[in-house]
Amino acid sequence: MDFQAYHELTQLYADYASAVDSGNWDLWPEFFTEQCSYRLQPRENHERGFPLATLSFTSKGMLKDRVYGIRETLFHDPYYQRHVVGAPVIRRAEGERFECEANYAVFRTKLSEVSTVFNVGRYIDTVVRTPDGLKFASRLVVYDSEMIPNSIIYPL
Amino acid sequence: MSAQATIFPSEPKWELEGTSRIPFLTYTSEELYKRELEHFFYKGHWCYVGLEAEVPNPGDFKRTVVGERSVIMTRDADGQINVVENVCAHRGMRFCRERHGNKKGFTCPYHQWSYTLKGDLQGVPFRRGVKQADGSFQGGMPTDFKPAEHGLTKLKVATRGGVVFASFDHEVESLDDYLGPEIGQYFDRLFNGRKLTILGYNRQRIPGNWKLMQENIKDPYHPGLLHTWFVTFGLWRADNKSELVMDAKHRHAAMISTRGTGGEAGQVTSVSSFKQTMQLNDPSFLDIVQEPWWDGPTAVMTTIFPSVILQQQVNSVSTRHIQPNGHGSFDFVWTHFGFEDDSEEMTQRRLRQANLFGPAGFVSADDGEVIEFSQQAFESKPFHRALAELGGREVNEHTPHMVTETLIRGMYEYWRQVMEAPDVPAAAGAAARDCGHGTA
Repeated sequence: MDFQAYHELTQLYADYASAVDSGNWDLWPEFFTEQCSYRLQPRENHERGFPLATLSFTSKGMLKDRVYGIRETLFHDPYYQRHVVGAPVIRRAEGERFECEANYAVFRTKLSEVSTVFNVGRYIDTVVRTPDGLKFASRLVVYDSEMIPNSIIYPL
Repeated sequence: MSAQATIFPSEPKWELEGTSRIPFLTYTSEELYKRELEHFFYKGHWCYVGLEAEVPNPGDFKRTVVGERSVIMTRDADGQINVVENVCAHRGMRFCRERHGNKKGFTCPYHQWSYTLKGDLQGVPFRRGVKQADGSFQGGMPTDFKPAEHGLTKLKVATRGGVVFASFDHEVESLDDYLGPEIGQYFDRLFNGRKLTILGYNRQRIPGNWKLMQENIKDPYHPGLLHTWFVTFGLWRADNKSELVMDAKHRHAAMISTRGTGGEAGQVTSVSSFKQTMQLNDPSFLDIVQEPWWDGPTAVMTTIFPSVILQQQVNSVSTRHIQPNGHGSFDFVWTHFGFEDDSEEMTQRRLRQANLFGPAGFVSADDGEVIEFSQQAFESKPFHRALAELGGREVNEHTPHMVTETLIRGMYEYWRQVMEAPDVPAAAGAAARDCGHGTA
């Protein structure tokens, strides 16, 4: 992987974090390919080989449906979220396809409340080059956090 | 100064006859909560601990809880399921730290007291002291120390259809009697003897009183109103055929519904959130396939008091374990499963429909949210009460529709019977009652 590609990759990670913290949820599906996979899975299930994910989406359409749910149907306490994402580790680079991982921590701030650690874990990703730039073909979000503080509404 | 006492009462005040007005204090009092733990979780009741499929092999164990007490479910060499308390008989340490695994027995790391998978004490280091050069022994346990008297606390265990329940109370009625025939039939519909396969877990901590989750699944009023996702995409319709049942003691319940199929959904849904033109971008969220064992109903939600909810919502099936920790919080542990004879396609379908449920689910995340905000208000206004008067103020054991809060009233009728019963000395239960001791 050359420097230019690595630079693009780190830009992708930074852009993603910026987008999911912005509150403009429509930005989120656009980071993915049409036939993408986005899965949010407890580390327990991941390491024990259990297939259940807290959220498991297998198309960009599903991500758009989630955005609709967040905006229109899922009653929830509004909150800000703030991602802090580490530099990606490149596990494998083959042509225009990269397998990489990055640690993340997400802080949550509810209105009138103090900020708290909301969710921590790592992204396990497959990134591909498309005519529209780098996109996630798959993003597996494996979280260490043993207890979800009530609910997860917005995309991590 | 009397206003102070009115705002923070010490006893719940029930308005009217019956249980249609539930004092907020029942959710906020630490004292009542301790009493609930004792009388519902530790005495006279069966609590859910897990599924047999979680410990398929001899030596397998799973750590879980009954109420707030840490317990371990094991499968011993004979293939039997045991449940023992995770408290060393010596110095009381909660010794088992792994959540699951496979072992030949348990050893407390502090002084290496060791136990079998059934909880019997097996080894005590230096039990007979240290041998001296002259052949005498120094130290050691007293000569009358009997290992048989110092095992782990063993719970009574019962299984039905692969589901494991346990009780600290060895005098508890049989599990079959506990469930009763009305609820037993819905229990057996889901757990009809087929082997289960574990799909995985979801864990959330909900800052609300544990009973609110029981109430949530005894409340057929909210799904079509709170869960607008259900309504938007036509899964909940006002013409759903529905039925509510409870056991003879009114503590357990089942909400049974069959999705309406006749006519246009828009004509039969009076809820404003229904949108005729709204379509999912990816309809596979609702790729529902009728299964033969449903025998009609497309959803049956069963509450087994006090500790577990059994979910069948179309093709998604799970147990939801209520694990209280304090009067204002509980952990909610979801175990999603399938059946041994599921095709790969069906397994994928169950996993996909799991998107609707759990701590991030389209129609479950909001349940946790409303519970949290209810608790917030209860804490600040403990003298007040909630209303559960939809469908009247009485308890009806069987209701052929969903427009009622009878199941909630039923649960509190039982709650009051148990919580307001005079305290009876544990050793002389029935006799003391017969003598009229401690009657109000």
